[in-house]
Amino acid sequence: MTERIEIVVDGSTVVTTRGTSVASALLDAGVTAFRVSLGGSVRAPLCGMGVCYECRVTIDDVPHQRACMRTVEPGMRIDTGAGE
Amino acid sequence: MTATHACDVLVVGAGPAGIAAAANAAECGARVVVVDEAAAPGGQIWRSSSHTPPPRAARRWLRRLRDSGAAVESRAGVVDVERRGDGFHALIEREHERVLMNARAIVLATGARERFLPFPGWTLPNVFGIGGAQALLKSGMTVRGKRVVIAGSGPLLLPVAASLSHAGARVVLVAEQAPAGRVMRFAAALWRRPFTALQAARLRAAFMRTPYVFGTWIAAADGDERLTSVEVVDADGGRRRLACDVLCAAFGLVPNVEVARLLGCELLDGFVRVDGQQATSSASVYCAGEPTGIGGVDLALVEGAIAGRAAAGHSPAPADVRRRNRVRRAARELDAAFALRPELRSLADESTIVCRCEDVRLGQLDPSWTTRQAKLYTRAGMGACQGRICGAALECVRSWPPDTVRPPLRPARVATLLPE
Repeated sequence: MTERIEIVVDGSTVVTTRGTSVASALLDAGVTAFRVSLGGSVRAPLCGMGVCYECRVTIDDVPHQRACMRTVEPGMRIDTGAGE
Repeated sequence: MTATHACDVLVVGAGPAGIAAAANAAECGARVVVVDEAAAPGGQIWRSSSHTPPPRAARRWLRRLRDSGAAVESRAGVVDVERRGDGFHALIEREHERVLMNARAIVLATGARERFLPFPGWTLPNVFGIGGAQALLKSGMTVRGKRVVIAGSGPLLLPVAASLSHAGARVVLVAEQAPAGRVMRFAAALWRRPFTALQAARLRAAFMRTPYVFGTWIAAADGDERLTSVEVVDADGGRRRLACDVLCAAFGLVPNVEVARLLGCELLDGFVRVDGQQATSSASVYCAGEPTGIGGVDLALVEGAIAGRAAAGHSPAPADVRRRNRVRRAARELDAAFALRPELRSLADESTIVCRCEDVRLGQLDPSWTTRQAKLYTRAGMGACQGRICGAALECVRSWPPDTVRPPLRPARVATLLPE
């Protein structure tokens, strides 16, 4: 149930558990800049349920994925706004 | 070329209302398809993951849904839907795939989202909606040792405080904006329903060392790259600052009525108007759950059952109708107890960002404008969330009614929008 898996966040390996949402995994890893807003401020999840789009990140090279709506998979590559 | 699928009843949303509608319609012999954006059916209240198994009531309904033969399309959202012939034609994006669906009837079980009212600092990381925090917790977020402030309104404050402290968070304060007297009268009415009262007492016991105050609300959140403190204010003007790592804000729920509005369903006070069979003003379109009035899981289930049967051409079970009317009355009492105080409409100052997608500040929005003018002049409401957050906020802050709904209903890939 708490099987450990590895994902890659902005090029660094992060250990998380299977079944965790990408948003929760990134928050636990201390990520605050899921995206950078037009005005240059960092943004992170607000609604947690796919409405606000504040948590959007690039997952396996597909941009604008809502981190709260995806579940981590082994080897998943996530690029946040901090890496841009 | 994309194949067009066909069904008798298309159910939009797989929370309790959608699950009950789909199962009931399929049990009546209809071919049913349910589309839902999440990875698995359950909606927000029955959200589950390997970290949080679904509750017993949910397991029973999920089993019934599976046994009914209704097809569930997860991670699928309606991008556009229109009336075609004597039915409907829907454009759906499932993961990254374009799906076309013809249906003879539609049940809208689109649920609700949280209302967010802007206040200084609300764009900081680690400021969440209370339902959002609960969703993240259920999907594996760790809160052990974190200092949490919960501020806002409604019956979710206590259960979320309880689940956060159970997960190891230190809940510093639970602040309910409604005056104590109003909530107490409501709570007194709850004692007539022993089970609910027992639940409330258990929740209270779970975080007894946490102060639970009334007539107190959020004034501002502070921090640099992330939240470090909040300021709360009470009805006597008393202000105090609390150091914290997480803020859960709760300003009630907003029904998701975008698909209903696109289909021309009549609204009343922001909710979809339905008749005794959950039929909307738009022929062959039914609606159940929060979009018809915020009422919680019990009301959603019974409305869903009635809507599902009606969409499949069957009349409702008399016991369901009685139950719906009873639960609806209870929901209205709850709504009145937690009505938002007018001070919450003016928490934002001129420099507070209102539209988070386009970084539009309140001071940029001339009060004499309409929603449409605000869009044209500042792009407020034109970003990725398509006004779902700032639109509901500006309805409160500026008394601006929502703008017309147009497809695409949500951001979609170009390949989804363009036929091959």
